Amino acid sequence: MNLLSIALRNLRYRKLASSLTALSMALGVALVVLVLTISGVIEKSLERTSNVGYNLIVGAKGSPLQLVFNTVFFLSQPIENVPYSYYMEYLPADGRLKEHARIGGELKEPQRPGLYSFLMQGGFAIPVCMGDYVGEFRCVATTPDYFGLLKHGDLNDREYKFSVGRNFVDYSEENGYFEAVVGSQVAQSMGLKLGDEIFASHGTESGETHGQGFRVVGILEPTGSPNDRGAFVNIEGFYLLEGHVAPDRDEDSGLEKRGTAQAPERSGALSKVRLPIEKREVTAILLKPNGFAAMSMEKQINKTKFAQAVSPIGQIEGLLGVFVRPLRWALLALTSLVVLVSAISILVSIYNSMNDRKKDIAVMRALGASRDHITAIILLESLLIAIAGGLVGWLVGHALGPLSNAWTMPTTGVKIDWLAVQSSWELWIVPGLVLLGTLAGAIPAMVAYRTPVAKNL
Amino acid sequence: MSQTSGQALLSIRDLKKQYDQPGGGELTILDIPALDVGAGEQVVLRGESGSGKTTLLHVISGIVPADSGSIRLEGVELMGFSEAKRDRIRAVKMGYVFQTFNLLPAFTALENVRLGMSFARLSGNSGSGDIERAAELLDRVGLGDRMHYLPSQLSVGQQQRVAVARALVNRPILLLADEPTANVDPSNQDRIIELIATQCRQENVAMLLVTHSDAVASRFDRIEQLSQINRAGK
Repeated sequence: MNLLSIALRNLRYRKLASSLTALSMALGVALVVLVLTISGVIEKSLERTSNVGYNLIVGAKGSPLQLVFNTVFFLSQPIENVPYSYYMEYLPADGRLKEHARIGGELKEPQRPGLYSFLMQGGFAIPVCMGDYVGEFRCVATTPDYFGLLKHGDLNDREYKFSVGRNFVDYSEENGYFEAVVGSQVAQSMGLKLGDEIFASHGTESGETHGQGFRVVGILEPTGSPNDRGAFVNIEGFYLLEGHVAPDRDEDSGLEKRGTAQAPERSGALSKVRLPIEKREVTAILLKPNGFAAMSMEKQINKTKFAQAVSPIGQIEGLLGVFVRPLRWALLALTSLVVLVSAISILVSIYNSMNDRKKDIAVMRALGASRDHITAIILLESLLIAIAGGLVGWLVGHALGPLSNAWTMPTTGVKIDWLAVQSSWELWIVPGLVLLGTLAGAIPAMVAYRTPVAKNL
Repeated sequence: MSQTSGQALLSIRDLKKQYDQPGGGELTILDIPALDVGAGEQVVLRGESGSGKTTLLHVISGIVPADSGSIRLEGVELMGFSEAKRDRIRAVKMGYVFQTFNLLPAFTALENVRLGMSFARLSGNSGSGDIERAAELLDRVGLGDRMHYLPSQLSVGQQQRVAVARALVNRPILLLADEPTANVDPSNQDRIIELIATQCRQENVAMLLVTHSDAVASRFDRIEQLSQINRAGK
């Protein structure tokens, strides 16, 4: 028999006390792993999601974080809108002309390039209107470019694919302007299939439901992004619904002129007629300029009075730095305390057993065990409890993550993989446990070391 | 004083051991001018309770150090050895049978016997032959069918037989037995003594057995009265 098997036998003999002590260590380590996993997943998810395929979001002046939360994560509420004509300032001359020709309405100098088009350097701008809901999910009105030009994934290199159907189009003979694409979770949660009609409710989940629906023509493959929780409708159809028409404003005061914002939906004019440019607004504009113009563009836009440009990555990094990471450290400190208390319980458990084991120790000494042998056996017992408890805790901590997917995925869009090491800090768990186990065993080992043999035989 | 002829396996000269008294001063427990045990010899040391029998065995085995004198085992002077060296000598050269058996409750009979071997090896690892040796000894003491019993599942007599096997498993040259039948019922006393004597003969192990019992002592050829060889208290 070696010292390890002797230590194991001693632990088995006191299996209730050993198990309970190991359990407390398991709980502590599970909590540490859970905090590391969840914070790692949140951080990774935020970083990945903020890398959405566009560099800047332009919207009305207000909270930059709110603009990012609303546009990227479909959380919070939209800020104010900006005119559609402002969106067209990001288009080159031919783009403006095409848009004007396609939509119609009033636009000053449609032949000139947009004010910021030179900074776009051939990049793209995608308009987005938000504020409505489809069931509990956010309704995102946009152009087909949303799925045609944007990409997703960790490396932002994966094109959006449809598990069934196709992308919506600007106009189709069978559905007019009223086509929609839904995210995988929306389809699953609402039981949607191709050909179903979805109806947006205005402003809030419980708001008035529009009478005109959108035909589902495509269901997205799961992306692990907030887009899984979005109902995407054609912006052309969206503009035709009640409450989506920009009111006329007094040129001097900027105040809305009451009663001027009548939508085609109310007048029963849901036809091929598009809402004119001057009646349109957008909640956000997604920009991806080519080259390195994003930084200077952000500064230039932010100098203006009514619009702001924010970098989703910058905002998320700020959020991580101010909120997520400090919170993780606080939770980590708390859970580490639980581990420390568990280590103390190991100490107490073994220490309390020393009184009963003085005779056993004396017998082993009489059989030829040296003081070092006895010390090693006690330390091994402490280490075994710490490591066994820690291992169980590590497994439980990682198992709880995937088990929680059923509850967390629908709301966060984040999937926690089984045994995915999310943080390099986990590599410290084993040496940490060895250190704690050694420290916890040190005092009982010292007592064992000093046990007088002759007195206890 | 008594001596064996020729080279003694165990040779004690002018051995003294004193303990501090609670009220101050020192109490001499052992003062033995000479005691020799020959190789393979079986010696009974008879003495009353409190006469220093257990202390003498503790001193010989190195569990407690002597204050002065000489203890030679196979001609090697043990006095002055560090505690670690004494532990090693005890593990490798000596077997010990206790009055209260002292089996470890967490270990089976087989494991208790193997434990005697474990500490004899520097590495603490037992070789593949260890289990066979331990099993053979248990078989010889009549416990071949109870090797995997815990001490609590064995009778008092069976526990002492396990203790005998444990003391002999490491092929010691000297077996120290401290009142091995004190806690055994009379019907088992003879069997235990016979077992120890027989096994020591078979293994060619010298035996130093201390007892207060005349009945036990009378079973051996060489009987030493501790009161005669120990000058302490006189």
